[in-house]
Amino acid sequence: MTDTDKKKDKRKIRAAKKMREIMTTYYLDAMTARENNKKVAWITSGGPVEPLIAMDIIPVYPENHGAMIGASKMGEELCIKAEEMGYSQDLCSYARTDIACCKVNGGPMGGLPQPDMLICCNNICGTVLKWYEVQARHFNVPLFILDTPICHTDYSREVESYVRRQMDEYIIFLETAVDKKFDHDKMAEVGRLAFQGQKLWQKVLKTTTHKPSPMSAFDAFFFLALIVTLRGTQIAVDFYEELSLEMEERIQTDISIIPHEKYRLLWDNLPVWYQLKWLSQKFSDHNACLVADTYTSAWCSALKYIDENNFLDSMAQAYTRIHLNIGVDQMADQVLDMIRTYDVDGFVMHSNRSCKPYSFGQMDIMNIVRKKTGIPVVMLEADMVDPRSFSLSQTDTRIDAFMEIIKQKEWVR
Amino acid sequence: MIFAGIDIGSITAKAAFIKNDKLMATKVIPTGYNPITAGEKVFSALLEQTGIDPRDIRAIVATGYGRNSVKFANRAMTEIICHGKGAHFLDPRIRGIIDVGGQDSKAIALDRTGQVENFAMNDKCAAGTGRFLEVMAKALEVKLEDLGTISLGSRAPSKISSICTVFAESEVISMIAGQQKREDIIAGIHESTAARVAGLVTKVKLEAPIIMTGGVAKNQGMIKALENRLGIEILVGDYPQENGAIGAAVIASRIHLQKI
Ligand code: SF4
Repeated sequence: MTDTDKKKDKRKIRAAKKMREIMTTYYLDAMTARENNKKVAWITSGGPVEPLIAMDIIPVYPENHGAMIGASKMGEELCIKAEEMGYSQDLCSYARTDIACCKVNGGPMGGLPQPDMLICCNNICGTVLKWYEVQARHFNVPLFILDTPICHTDYSREVESYVRRQMDEYIIFLETAVDKKFDHDKMAEVGRLAFQGQKLWQKVLKTTTHKPSPMSAFDAFFFLALIVTLRGTQIAVDFYEELSLEMEERIQTDISIIPHEKYRLLWDNLPVWYQLKWLSQKFSDHNACLVADTYTSAWCSALKYIDENNFLDSMAQAYTRIHLNIGVDQMADQVLDMIRTYDVDGFVMHSNRSCKPYSFGQMDIMNIVRKKTGIPVVMLEADMVDPRSFSLSQTDTRIDAFMEIIKQKEWVR
Repeated sequence: MIFAGIDIGSITAKAAFIKNDKLMATKVIPTGYNPITAGEKVFSALLEQTGIDPRDIRAIVATGYGRNSVKFANRAMTEIICHGKGAHFLDPRIRGIIDVGGQDSKAIALDRTGQVENFAMNDKCAAGTGRFLEVMAKALEVKLEDLGTISLGSRAPSKISSICTVFAESEVISMIAGQQKREDIIAGIHESTAARVAGLVTKVKLEAPIIMTGGVAKNQGMIKALENRLGIEILVGDYPQENGAIGAAVIASRIHLQKI
């Protein structure tokens, strides 16, 4: 091993291996659910998964699968397939790849395990409604829709009771689907674990306030999978406990994720899954570390609304007031808060062709951030899964120019 | 002390020398197929033109889309910073730059000291770039450099509604078939291009005085269309095409002085 190899090795996060193992086991369990007499539910990434766990139903996330498809650079083929089936190129690429996958058993795992039911919560977008309806017809399985009105400014009493009532309907739906009574004690336990898991995830993400940062947003994109898929289980709690300890250890022993952290940046929107490596190298070459992002923090941003001891009742609020379901002003406030917390020098926005709710207010947020903080902001146009909406040379120039603007204060007078 | 800037664009390659903080000379040649040789060619052409010994050049900065292929440069910088420096060097009052080149267009906002504050670039699309005008000139069988003068004769510009270059071309072809006046079609083309570029300008909220750079700045019709669209006067300096190369040379001198 050469010296640089050793140094690189030291920078690697050990928990990554464990995480891969857990995810493999999780997918194997889901794949063999039928043989083990277990039910599978497909659920949207922002959906309330805890009742499923409490009912011993295996949750499967087509969006997580979409991310895997993107990262394994299989997105283009599948998007084209969906377009051949008649879906528009303007449709979210998670939806396109998922719909196409069902037709051709595509993707890195040859498709997802078939669902016994579908759970769709529109707190992330309206796209999921039609997407899940398509899948409900395709698999001929029941679909539960949880409607969470957008909270542009406030969370009203009417919204609370409207969503809360649906939580009861959700439980009845599950009871019918698996023909079993809902276990409220188990639910309380799962709720506690979900709360703890999110607390630990938050703790992990907060370790990057340290300079230099022990991990980057690129690592957060990877480690996110567990808090999404296994939220509410002991496995997730144990894993994030371990991960946060490793981060603490890195801080103590001064191990940073990039060799020379000089600039700290904040990322907005979903990752560009098929260009993670290139992007992280690109920023690292500029001695810039993406220390935080608005995306992965969404899985702990509603913590303040959760009552650990009465999870079921607080669920309505916690699932309604998430990052993509609030007004642009509130989104901007969250961004400003992150800029302060993580002490960043610049803000990188991914204008994501797929994700309209995420990309829609970006111009306004950009202007608010520029006005209130004066830090440089750059907008990169891309798509999280479909590489046809990404131009390498244009992105390259934009990042270079953005970094030059950050650096210009130091060297070009 | 002499410093050089080299700007490799998609259509033309530019070089500029500055000496003791004064612009000395510039050169523009077609980029051609190979950006590597274009850099060498334009550099040696300017050496020849000025009779300067290459050893007297203290530092070189390369810019433009081919910036990383100029291996003999001391550093590569993006066009955005270089255009900012170039414009500020030639006219320190400038606060906004509209640069429309062969394959991209951008709006660059400068602060009072000439530092870039913000910028916006066109999306992955030829609309609103020089390439769009080139395609249209071909369809109309007009020389690219004549588009501007011809369009000034138009009284009722045609309406081009397609954003896509390919569709816009067929739209233009059907206008020709419909015997619309050539000057009106060209003026319409300028208006549609100006609308795209103006979008970038409002995005970054450019403040006056605004200067236009890039090859397209030589097109009077485009300037007029942009001025109408934005309701603001647009200046054109003496070196619209070479502005980026000049800025690169300025940066070369600053880098050299500060030894970074
Ligand atoms: S549109 Fe956005 S929020 Fe909706 S499924 Fe696609 S990526 Fe997720």
